[in-house]
Amino acid sequence: MNLQHVNVKLLIEDFGDAGLERLIPVFHGWIQDRARPELLLDIADYRHVPAGPGVVLIGHEANYSVDNTDNRMGVRYNRKAELDGSNQDRLAQAAVAALSACQLLEAEPRLQNGLRFNGQEIEIFVNDRLLAPNVEVTREVLHGELESFFRKVFRNGEISISYDKDPRRLFGVSVKAARRFSVADLLANLGGRD
Amino acid sequence: MKASNAQWAKELSGKMPEDLSREIDIFETEMALRKQGKLDERLFAETRLRRGIYGQRYDNGQRHDGKKVQEVAYPSGELTKGPNTMWDAPGMQRIKIPGGGLNAAQLETLADLAEEYSDGIAHVTTRQDFQLHYIHIEDTPSVMRRLAAAKITTREACGNSVRNVTACPYAGTCADEVFDVTPYSRALSKFLLGHPDTQNLGRKFKPAFSGCSQHACGLASLHDIGMIAATQTKNGEETRGFEMYVGGGLGAVPYQAKLFDTFVPQEELLPLAQAIARVFARLGEKKNRSRARMKFLVQDLGIERFKELVLEERRGLAPDPRWTAYLESAQQFEEAPLRAAGEWPQSPSGAFARWLATNTRPQKQEGYVVVTVALPLGDITANQLRSLADIARQFTRETVRTTVEQNFVLRWISKSDLQQVYTALEAAGLGEAGGGTIIDIVTCPGTDTCKLGISSSRGLAAELRKRLGEKSFELNESVDHLHIKISGCFNSCGQHHVADLGFYGVSRKVAGYAMPHFQVVLGGEWEHNGGSYGLPTMAIPSKNIPEVVTRLTERYARDRQAGENFKDFIKRVGKPELKNILDDLARPPADPTDRSLFSDWGDPREYSLGDMGTGECAGEVVSPVEFGLGAAEREVFEAQLAWEKGQVEQAGKAAYHAMLQAAKALVMSDYPLISDDPDRIISEFRTRFYDTQKFFDPFAGGKFAHYLFAAQEHSGGPYTSDSARYLIEEAHLFIEAAHSCYNRMGTPAAV
Repeated sequence: MNLQHVNVKLLIEDFGDAGLERLIPVFHGWIQDRARPELLLDIADYRHVPAGPGVVLIGHEANYSVDNTDNRMGVRYNRKAELDGSNQDRLAQAAVAALSACQLLEAEPRLQNGLRFNGQEIEIFVNDRLLAPNVEVTREVLHGELESFFRKVFRNGEISISYDKDPRRLFGVSVKAARRFSVADLLANLGGRD
Repeated sequence: MKASNAQWAKELSGKMPEDLSREIDIFETEMALRKQGKLDERLFAETRLRRGIYGQRYDNGQRHDGKKVQEVAYPSGELTKGPNTMWDAPGMQRIKIPGGGLNAAQLETLADLAEEYSDGIAHVTTRQDFQLHYIHIEDTPSVMRRLAAAKITTREACGNSVRNVTACPYAGTCADEVFDVTPYSRALSKFLLGHPDTQNLGRKFKPAFSGCSQHACGLASLHDIGMIAATQTKNGEETRGFEMYVGGGLGAVPYQAKLFDTFVPQEELLPLAQAIARVFARLGEKKNRSRARMKFLVQDLGIERFKELVLEERRGLAPDPRWTAYLESAQQFEEAPLRAAGEWPQSPSGAFARWLATNTRPQKQEGYVVVTVALPLGDITANQLRSLADIARQFTRETVRTTVEQNFVLRWISKSDLQQVYTALEAAGLGEAGGGTIIDIVTCPGTDTCKLGISSSRGLAAELRKRLGEKSFELNESVDHLHIKISGCFNSCGQHHVADLGFYGVSRKVAGYAMPHFQVVLGGEWEHNGGSYGLPTMAIPSKNIPEVVTRLTERYARDRQAGENFKDFIKRVGKPELKNILDDLARPPADPTDRSLFSDWGDPREYSLGDMGTGECAGEVVSPVEFGLGAAEREVFEAQLAWEKGQVEQAGKAAYHAMLQAAKALVMSDYPLISDDPDRIISEFRTRFYDTQKFFDPFAGGKFAHYLFAAQEHSGGPYTSDSARYLIEEAHLFIEAAHSCYNRMGTPAAV
């Protein structure tokens, strides 16, 4: 199965509406400074939508957001452009991008230390229903690959993996580690490069 | 962009209506030709527009990032999808929803597309369409195929074509309607889609249906053709038909539609619409876009002559069986409920009670209500669309419609199910009260995504919603029912002319810097199908608009007379007093270091077409140009006052003179000794600003200068009430264009 358009979401501690508002100038700063490897274009502000995409930094190859889908707030990386390599490579690319963005946001003085990864939970989605329909077969085919990836991310620590089984929704998997990790640790586990 | 794009055609083969499938194949071929350089960019632009694929802000490859204009280096390099429109730049996909009607599966399809190709949001427009933003052109064939498989088309959603046929979302359930217009709107939509007679229009062509004349739901009077249900009884037999209006439209200068006929029999609906389209295609303006809408043709010919031409055209049409084939089923068309009729909830309280009061509307069928699902700024997430689909399946026969107020309605909800429906909506984040009230603000995309946006209409709407929502329980009941509508520019996509409180984006130069403003438009009427249009009162900095709303609503709550609606209140109070109420809000900030007014709502970037240094207000000395433009604004205000008093000659002359003042102000910037002679002013203006294109709007070109030239030709009068009003609107726009021109003078490239 060809995994493309991988989304990685790092759940964060409660950030609140005020936090989201403060995020807007930060994302504008990223565009000004070309702070990410992707071509960054604009910002979409959906703070008014309950359990919505939050604030989205629109890019050409990928979007970054602080997303509140399902009322679970997190830093999300949404890969739009195709990538070469193996499925493991593409999972790693998206995870490293999300972690690097999260690291920048954690260190961002304009957020007054307001954004923190919760240390344990990561969600992965495949944003293409044709490539990865959310059905049992997909879960069976991908489970080993995902488990292997998460073991690497959490350095063989104890983890629990669960799937969203609503066939209408994107193929999605959620992983929770038994202990907390820092963003820097997770990045190091993946090779540490942005 | 999507890895799956190549597979969708195969996956959906045989699952799409053949004509739509063919259309999409053709478009894909055109994309390939364009990429090979074998199709001209202008031709490709029109062909993609006719498939609903619009450009979006910054698609020219430039963006002002708050510090400087940055080049946006798209990977496709120089390849374009239209003039000055980069191939890789994200765009908007508009999706036609005739009459706003959707079933559950269609809602789910829209959810999937919003998630996979857009940014997770589907947006409901003021014409019952959907829009998805940030779509890559390479993904559009997949988007269109997946829509087509759900029996939805994007064909002719944009471009010079017949746009979405809108209809009252309460049709079939409203106690005040004459009959259900649903089947007629669907028949007209189907008939005109791709019709050979509608392929050569000079501009867009918008039809609308309403079941009655007193409500706003269909907005028949502001469309190219508007139909209001009517019946006629002859020899004891009642027959159906329509009161038909033509030549309405908002846009920069709004026109009320003219009555074409008090009763067009139902069997004449389709052929007459066809004849109107043919006359418009044949005689409508083709070269000058700014005069190409049908409203100008009707105005120029006069309604009687236009009608003669249409009837003559009608007589020459070859009979078409489709004209009447649908009539029998239309007569019998009726939606059915899923659940048994019920009783109103006993003693509701709290948020549920408030929601019942604002978000339900009784149906003419006993025991049922229509529920409004209020969407903030018309936005809905993919998950919410799926929840709505679930609710539609559980409680109705999937009778869902979008509204022109950017909401959904769920029809045929049994009163006994209201608590459950509310609970389900609440769980999906869709249970907000206030549907149709002052917090249910309508707005176009504005500077968020629209290339024409001047001010942040969505940013302002979000801020007003927040503030008004916080005090909604304190609001006077009279205020609760007001309508706020906001457009990011003069083009009226937010329908600001028919609001109680309307706003449209403009910019002003203050102390040498551009500052986002909104024109305050008062005196419009939402009821009676958009019964009257408001007029601009004054321009106020964006950040002061919430205070404008506070002052005007408080004054209305305090001083209104018994039964007096907002439009009548505004008329009674009068423009001079209104100006007094708001005047201090229009002034520049007292503290010159206060930069808060120089950015827009939700956008911290300095609102500037070019940075002119930081922290110093170098332009505190007011230039003669600014004085002149200020004088022009005063004169157009006086023109309005005269028009409101019925002094149409004086109003027309004052409006023309205001334009002359603005033109003279610009001329003074490089020819300070210009005289007051109108011919000289216009001659100098033409030479220095029109011929050089310095006055040209980046998108509208020389359109506003033509207003001045036309006004000069008719400066001897006489003026009618209509012509004076149009001239006032044109004068406003000309002055705004002069402000914009002045902003551009000596500043770097525009955002």
